[in-house]
Amino acid sequence: MNKLIIWYGELITGNKLLKRGVFFLTPGMLWLVLFLVLPGFILVLVSFAGRGTYGNLIWEFSLENYTRLIGYGIFGWTLDYVYILLRSVWVAFVTTGLSVVLSYPLCFYIARKPPRTRYLWLTIVIIPFWTNMVIRAYAWFLILAPELPFARLAAFLNLVPAGMPLYPSAMAVYLGMISMFLPFVALPLFSSIERMDWTLVEAAQDLYASNFRIFMHAILPQTLPGLSVGIILTMVPAMGMFVIPDLLGGAKYMLVGNLIQQQFGASRDYAFGAAISIGLMILTLFSLYLYKRKNRGIDLI
Amino acid sequence: MKGLSLKGINKTFGKVHAVRDVSKDIHSGEFFTLLGPSGCGKTTLLRMIAGLELQDSGRIILDGEDITGLPAIKRHINTVFQNYALFPHLNIFDNVAFGLRSRKVPGAEVNQRVKDTLEMLELGEMTKRFPHQLSGGQSQRVALARALVNEPKVLLLDEPMSALDAKLRAQVQIELRRLQQKLGQTFILVTHDQDEALIVSDRIAVMKDGQIIQYGTPAEVYDFPKNRFVAEFLGSANLIDGNYKDGLFHTAIGIFELEKPPAWEKGVIAIRPEWIRISDTKPLKNGLRATVTEIIYRGTNLDISLVPGPVRLRTSTYSRIKIGDELWLDLAPKEIAVLNE
Repeated sequence: MNKLIIWYGELITGNKLLKRGVFFLTPGMLWLVLFLVLPGFILVLVSFAGRGTYGNLIWEFSLENYTRLIGYGIFGWTLDYVYILLRSVWVAFVTTGLSVVLSYPLCFYIARKPPRTRYLWLTIVIIPFWTNMVIRAYAWFLILAPELPFARLAAFLNLVPAGMPLYPSAMAVYLGMISMFLPFVALPLFSSIERMDWTLVEAAQDLYASNFRIFMHAILPQTLPGLSVGIILTMVPAMGMFVIPDLLGGAKYMLVGNLIQQQFGASRDYAFGAAISIGLMILTLFSLYLYKRKNRGIDLI
Repeated sequence: MKGLSLKGINKTFGKVHAVRDVSKDIHSGEFFTLLGPSGCGKTTLLRMIAGLELQDSGRIILDGEDITGLPAIKRHINTVFQNYALFPHLNIFDNVAFGLRSRKVPGAEVNQRVKDTLEMLELGEMTKRFPHQLSGGQSQRVALARALVNEPKVLLLDEPMSALDAKLRAQVQIELRRLQQKLGQTFILVTHDQDEALIVSDRIAVMKDGQIIQYGTPAEVYDFPKNRFVAEFLGSANLIDGNYKDGLFHTAIGIFELEKPPAWEKGVIAIRPEWIRISDTKPLKNGLRATVTEIIYRGTNLDISLVPGPVRLRTSTYSRIKIGDELWLDLAPKEIAVLNE
């Protein structure tokens, strides 16, 4: 270990190099252990505890929280919580899907712009990033207000009673979620599209490919890296999102994020909240596993 | 008419006039080459034939059918791209089958045709490999197979050999020529490599600034270049200015006899370095006494520069020439090409 080696142009012994590596690694590792690994363990522990009368934790091992999550309660068996979990997955799935569908044309449009204006367009996509999520959710309140054309049109078409805003509703949640997550898909996708080799598209055209075939064989394989990043960046946080569903969906469209928030907030049932969190985490990891299996060779990280 | 006709093709990119009023008939079964330096418009012309670029004006007619307005997917023309553009996620078989599957050819026929084409190009062993596992020469053959399996009326080749090393390139050029003769299909090649053009083509169109400057068989273009550009772009040439007076060509380095009187009084002649013979005694006609100033040893031959002139000559016999030697050069009248300028 004390032999001299050349490391990126520097003459150094193996021992010294090891020490330096440990030195650089320690702060980050410490941070992760303290604020990610440890709280994670505590969450798991809490999820097996119980709730006292005043919302305090009772340290008795029980599986009650988990049985409650899958539907066994004092009032018999209902699937309410499972529905909420599945609905969250569905909302995340639809949000991701629509964001992808909207991102492709957007990215192609921007990528075709000359470099000078291209970054202006990108900035326009990024600007919402710089605005707080809550503020953006409230902005939708204004847009969907009863006095504005959207609500009036809906009232005219007899979709809502006249004088009603378009929130809270499932549609408002989707609008909010997609506007929130579109840049998460569009930006990584754009970086792939910008570097795309267009001769493959031309080759496909030259070989009589339909537009669908061109997309599947010349565009999708080339943009898959960016698309994957975008899908994961959207899917994972969208599953646990609670601010937007809370503001734009209200009680009408409860998602798992709101449920967890409720347990740690109003209900003061930390143990059940922890159990739902673990449930969500397992669901997320399972989704990623499915995604990974479907797209072999794609790095998730 | 069988074959491809270009009628008055024009194309501009912004202020650049890439292709200017090109009209040319390319016969069916011909190996046609567009030769020119980079930026001369040859690739643009090829892309317009493929349908990947739209001309500003002019018409393209294939076997009597006007295909001017048809997109690439409707043209019975296939292309071998410069970087081959193989689909990286498909194996060799699927790459070659791509065009047939796009046109929904039945599976059994696809298998048979792909197999036959791969075997013809000696790729039978490679069907399950992926493009990144192939060498340059193999990739090039796969690209060729992928285009040929569709039995196109015209095969376009966009500098298909520029990515190969010199030795392989020489071999592939001959193979390509043999393949084209065997298939009897129309091939249109774009290249900036004059050797390649001379080796493979039935006919060459030399392009410059978006125009076809000279057109003919390789021998016609090489032996009778029309102007300085063609003379210098294809091979090298000694270009000698002078005046034609009283049946003789008067130049700064001497007075020469020409085979036929030129159409001008003041103009240029071209002599290829390898057309000049070295003589120990004074030749009967067109002798030039010159001194060796530089010798470049190239293995198979020597390239020698001499004064006055400077005149360059190429020889493979006189290996004992030294710098400073005085030689008689024989510029025989029938070896002199008279340019049109």
